[in-house]
This record gives sequence, structure tokens and C-alpha cells, in this order.
Amino acid sequence: MTSLPATPSAKRLGLVIDLDTCVGCQACVVHCKEWNTSSGASALSDTEPYGEEPSGAWLNRVHGFELDDSASGGCGSTVHFPRSCLHCENAACVTVCPTGASYKRAEDGIVLVDESKCIGCGLCAWACPYGAREMDQVAKVMKKCTLCVDRIYNENLPVEEREPACVRTCPAKARHFGDLGDPESDVSQLVAERGGVALMPELDYRPTNRYLPPRRPVPTADQKAALEPAPGGFLGWLDRLLADQP
Amino acid sequence: MHPAPSIIFFTAASGAGYGLLVFAALAGLIGLVPVGSASGFALLLPALLLVAAGLLASAGHLGHPERAWRAFSQWRSSWLSREGVAAVVSFVPALGLAWAWALDGRLAPLLALATILMAVLTVYCTAMIYASLKPIPRWHHRLVPPVYLGLGAASGSAVGIAAAAWTGAPLLPLAPLVALALLVGWGLKWRYWQSVDTQPATATTADTVGLGDRGTVRLVEPPHTERNYILDEMGFRIARKHSAKLRRHALVAGLALPLVALVLALLLPSAAAALLLSIGAALALVGVAIERWLFFAEAEHMVMLYYGKGAV
Ligand code: SF4
Ligand code: SF4
Repeated sequence: MTSLPATPSAKRLGLVIDLDTCVGCQACVVHCKEWNTSSGASALSDTEPYGEEPSGAWLNRVHGFELDDSASGGCGSTVHFPRSCLHCENAACVTVCPTGASYKRAEDGIVLVDESKCIGCGLCAWACPYGAREMDQVAKVMKKCTLCVDRIYNENLPVEEREPACVRTCPAKARHFGDLGDPESDVSQLVAERGGVALMPELDYRPTNRYLPPRRPVPTADQKAALEPAPGGFLGWLDRLLADQP
Repeated sequence: MHPAPSIIFFTAASGAGYGLLVFAALAGLIGLVPVGSASGFALLLPALLLVAAGLLASAGHLGHPERAWRAFSQWRSSWLSREGVAAVVSFVPALGLAWAWALDGRLAPLLALATILMAVLTVYCTAMIYASLKPIPRWHHRLVPPVYLGLGAASGSAVGIAAAAWTGAPLLPLAPLVALALLVGWGLKWRYWQSVDTQPATATTADTVGLGDRGTVRLVEPPHTERNYILDEMGFRIARKHSAKLRRHALVAGLALPLVALVLALLLPSAAAALLLSIGAALALVGVAIERWLFFAEAEHMVMLYYGKGAV
């Protein structure tokens, strides 16, 4: 059923990704592929993995950007940006699906694809502004992030493993998993504290996932002083002279 | 967006087929064509064939065509599903109309009206598949449904008058209808082109990563070095000068030459007129195919903002 749940679920499971701490190591990308290629209904395709033109389906991609914030007083920085499904509340990828293969779970808001129903029309990938869906070129069905639905509720796994593979593996602890529908949850608190944002809110897809913007570096007293314009004239000369004394 | 031949053929052929159904039903109702088995076969058979060929081609685009029947199930939310349902339902009045007209030599007015309604509805659904997609600003445009309807009518009427000419039907009563459809259809397209050319960008890369209020953002390290599905499907680019040239080709083939053929045909003896109008009809279809190719090739998907495009 590709109509969205009549009332948005109270529980909204999702990710909070910290753009300040992500180092762009791609570990989450690899663990995501590893877990999902063996646990889904079909493997995540890899065509010509060692050939001339390797290609494949991945559910998570990390882009490296350069932020020029000099106009707003910043000094520029590199931003590593992991991109995967945001489990939108108003998920057009679900409503456009003609077959009922795409659906949004009423109980926790996770957006999934039932591969056995998917006809591989590709319309849902067109409908996602975030590029979160990739057609599997071998299985010919649509693939997307499942929020590791087969880990987070899996009682056969040790408790500490019951979180998405990307979150579990991130060495920089830049990824957090939890219930964004509960304002008291750790992830919601983190979003509130760090001013987490939803991507492209004007499109009204209402993503669940949040991104924490890079912190603004706070200059130390020394750095601040260094930025002060040096006094000129005789006093300035005296100042510099004295500063150089041991 | 990648211009897939199967989808271009599907929308161009089925659009013309439904346009022809409307043209035939309307001409029959108003009495612009003699109703008899000759005109019935000549007008309605090509219409049904165009529609059926288009639908078959659209299935060719699917990864799992054997599951295509599932696509009729989600009409409550999905324009693609609605389109499928409307296409199948529209066969009921259209086949009924064709049966009465071609075999019994009579016009069934209720079936004619139902055919017109279902044809318009189906083409509208096709257009809404594209017009409902917010991430593609050039598709999410209010003129997309009118253009699909207008160009379906334009190409369908061009085929229709050619078919009528082969049966020896008088052309003078039909010609104004064809000219009107051609001018309105391409006039709407012209307005659409003007509008999208001046449309401001919807978002920048900084917006897509949530840093729009911080400054500008530039891709320095793409997530992968080779092509992938996203780039193949949504990373199609066409140079501005090529698209300007192709727009001219579309207008010449789709509008100008069919109009010239129409005028000349009124002055020529019937066999020559039929031949000329058939060439005009073929060109009208080519014009729409070029236009449809451009509709895809010129459309940009917002996901490309993550891949180095500055603004979409
Ligand atoms: S991020 Fe894309 S695929 Fe995921 S729910 Fe939103 S629209 Fe759908
Ligand atoms: S590709 Fe599959 S999941 Fe996506 S819209 Fe088509 S049928 Fe639905």
C-alpha cells in the first residue's frame, strides 16, 4: 500500500549525522554494503568490481565538500557529507510507487521496498530529491536504506549490535540512531543542542534524519589578539619591542 | 534526465493515439466526417494501434515487466498507477465506438463522449506522472499537463486528417480543427519553453547539505569515481546550443511542415492530398518525439547538486 500512514507515527526512527565530526573515512559506506548485501532479499549488485568500469548499488554515499563561509565570518572548511535515505514523513517516493512495493511503516516511520512487488520502473528514484534510491542493475529492483530494520529489532544480536551498521561502525562517532519523534530521546536532545537541520525543508518531504552543522571555531585569546590590528607609531614599536623580550 | 527511447516512444505514440481518438470522436459527433465503415477503420484502427504500441513500449522500460499487473493497484496515490488504470478503462468505450462505427456504420454518441473523456483523462495522468515530481523543477511546472494534452491533440489530428483523406472524405471541414490543434499545442509548448528558460534556480548545493545560511558549498571529492545509476539516470546533460537547435527542429517538423501540408492538400487532387497529409502526419509525430526527447534531456534533477552542479 503506497498511501502514507493516515496519521504520522509517534515513533520516528532515524539518524542524526554530525557534519562536524565526520572525517569522510567511508567506513559507514563499506559496512552498509557488507551488511545489506548479505541480509536483503537479493544481494547489492556489483558489476565488474575489478574491471574497467566498476558499478554497483550502494545505500549510503559520502561526498566531500568545501564550505566557503568567509562572507559570514568563517574561515572555510571541508565538510564530509554522508547521504542516505532520510525516512521522510511526507515521502513522495512511496506515494508515486504504482505497485505497493514502496511503503512507510506506520509503527516506526521506516521507509522500505518489498522487492518481490517492485517492477523496477524507477519512478521512486526520480521522486527522491536526495538521491537515496538506486536501482540494482542485476536484480532489477529498487534498493534503499532500510535503517537496518533487520538489526535494530534483532534479538539474535547482542544488545550493543542492535543499531544500524553505519552507526555501529563509525570510528568518529559522527552517526547517531534513535527516535526523533520523542523529544526526550538522546538524538532529539542532540539535535536541539546543536541546532540540527532537516535538508531542504521547503520541499516539504519532512525528513526524519537530521544533520548537525559544523561547529563554528571559537578563536582562543591568543588568536583573537593576533587578529587585532597592530598599533602603529612609537607606542606600537615599543609594544613589539617589549613583546620580543624573553 | 536520461531520455530513454522506450518512454519517449510511449508518451509520443500514446499521446497521438488518444489525440486521434478525441479528433475522430469529435469529428463524428459534429458531423465533420461521414460515419461509415471506411472512415471508422481509417480513423480508429490507427488510434488503437498507437495507444497499444505506446503501452507495450512503456512495459519495455521496466526491470520486471512480468509483474506489471501490480502497477494497477495503487491508483489511490500514484499517477503512474492511475495512468495504467485509465489506459485500460479507456479501451472499453474506444473499442465500443470503433465496433459501432466501423462494423455497423453508426455513431454511438455516448460512447464517443466517453472515449473523449477517457482519452483526455489518460493523457492528463501521463503528464501528472512528471508534473508531480518536485525534485525536477522543469517537470514540476503548471504547463506540463496542458502541453501533453495539446501536443497529443496536435499530432493526433494530423494523423486523423491524413487517414480521412485516404477514405476520400472532404478535407475542408476538418482542416480548421487540425490547424487549431497544431497551433494551440505548439503555442503551449512555446509558452512552456519561455517560462522554464527564465525560471530562477530552486536550490543550491549549500541548501542540499543544509548549509545554505553559512555560505557557498562546492564539491571537491565525489563519493565514487565511476558512473552509477544516479549519474546515468539523472546526470544527463545537453549543451544549450544543441537544445536551441533541436527546439527549432521540433517546431519545423511538428508545426510548420504539417501546416504547409495542410494548406497545400486543400488545393491538390485527393490522392496527392492524402499522400502529402500522410507525410505531414509523420513529421508531426517526429516533431513530438523530438520535443519529448528534449523534455527529458533538458530536465535537471536536484540530486545533481550533490554531484557538482551549483544550482538547479
Ligand atoms: S530520502 Fe528519498 S527515499 Fe528516503 S524517504 Fe525521503 S524521498 Fe523517500
Ligand atoms: S521502482 Fe519499484 S519501488 Fe520504485 S516506484 Fe517502481 S515499483 Fe515502486
